[in-house]
Amino acid sequence: MAKRRFMGTGLPYVDLSEVNGHLLVVEGSDGVGRTTQLSLLRTWLEVQGYGVIETGWTRSALVRESIDLAKAGNALNLLTFNLLYATDFADRLEHEIIPALRSGFVVLADRYVYTAFARALARGTDPEWIRRLYGIAIEPDLVVYLRVDVNTLIHRVLLADSLDHWEAGLDQYPQLDPYESFIKYQSDVIKEFDKMSDEYGFTVIDARKKVDEIQRELRAAISATLGQSAGADVVAPTVDE
Amino acid sequence: MARLHEKHTFPGRLIIVEGIDGSGKTTQASLLRQWLVSLGVPVFWTEWNSSALVKSSTKKAKKDNTLTPTTFSLLHVTDFADRLSYKIIPPLQAGMVVIADRYAFTAFARDTARGVHPEWVRSLYDFAIKPDLAVYFKVPIRVSLRRLLSARMKLKFYEAGMDTGLSKDPVECFELFQSRVLDEYDRMSEEFGFHVIDAVQPIEAQQKQFRALVSRELQSYLAPYLAAKEQKTVNESKDSTVRRAGTQNDG
Repeated sequence: MAKRRFMGTGLPYVDLSEVNGHLLVVEGSDGVGRTTQLSLLRTWLEVQGYGVIETGWTRSALVRESIDLAKAGNALNLLTFNLLYATDFADRLEHEIIPALRSGFVVLADRYVYTAFARALARGTDPEWIRRLYGIAIEPDLVVYLRVDVNTLIHRVLLADSLDHWEAGLDQYPQLDPYESFIKYQSDVIKEFDKMSDEYGFTVIDARKKVDEIQRELRAAISATLGQSAGADVVAPTVDE
Repeated sequence: MARLHEKHTFPGRLIIVEGIDGSGKTTQASLLRQWLVSLGVPVFWTEWNSSALVKSSTKKAKKDNTLTPTTFSLLHVTDFADRLSYKIIPPLQAGMVVIADRYAFTAFARDTARGVHPEWVRSLYDFAIKPDLAVYFKVPIRVSLRRLLSARMKLKFYEAGMDTGLSKDPVECFELFQSRVLDEYDRMSEEFGFHVIDAVQPIEAQQKQFRALVSRELQSYLAPYLAAKEQKTVNESKDSTVRRAGTQNDG
């Protein structure tokens, strides 16, 4: 396995040599089908005997109230927005992700710090600052980015649900209507993800494909990652769909 | 960003006091406030960890004891960001003197003493405004401990750094934790150009030094207020001479 590393200055009081396991990240906007893909992956991994823990980009118990309070009052300025989400992430990192990795689990992360980067950068945050802020994060073994264009995305989002104030970026473009704002904000988010794809070496999958095709590509990428880390004598699991 | 290292351009002035718990910095800051107010200076007072935004989270986490050094640090910087945007910058824009009882440096000292990366915590606070005057009230642990214990008999859990697990005994833990904090403050004195006041001295002696320091460092800002005050004092003393003369006559 590649040596475990932090993405920046890290957590000086955490000994990484004890943090084994596998950290696999699936990124992509809401509506690309991450949830479906992740639940298929979980079953597939468990069938092979891997212990799996899923972690999301939802709100942890620690700051849920603060985030709700801030969103309700629209008092969330850019700084506090970024910091509250980072606090939430840190709580999950230390109470969920690191303990699971220490115990040798495969951690399937439904979004990771890259979501925070994309959202923050689309809102005009200093890129260097936000990266240093998340320097506490553990570098994943694999990041798969499920990519769709903004037009496909809005159709899916509209069919699934109505437009959310924050996902539509209406805090950024209050002068626009929800549709225009969504297109503008999500295009910016996608642009940031594209830039990061090169920088961080994401495995990019075209999420306009069929569910089983996407799943096959995901499994291939994961097999390669797990196979590498488990050593050459382990045969990469086959895709059985 | 890096505002913490650049001089701000607001018409107001930012004075911050730092020191370990029991250093007497709050007493000194409030005495300074009294003096500035008496000069007619518009003063705005702000304290560490006082915004409504993260209060519920901090309270809950402290109760459940689930805070790690990192989440502890992040909750504080979030609180600070909220306070900076709504409580510190607007009064500075309005030309007031903002007195902050603790500032970003408290986080640098405490969070580093708890084990986060010193560089990381500094980068978090990059957005902070550089103070016009930063005063560090330096005191040995023994003295601060004596002051705290005589005032309220009991040390607070986080104040004593009980979360660090350095010792099960609150007093011993306080000594161990606060001496780390003290080391961090000493290290920062040069890094951030603190003015150091020996906080073992009598209160009034410290205050005299503090006021002299403020008069010097905020000279251009305070000049009109000091001039007006002088004028007023001259008039008052004339008045009282007249009055005294009158009283004598009455008697």
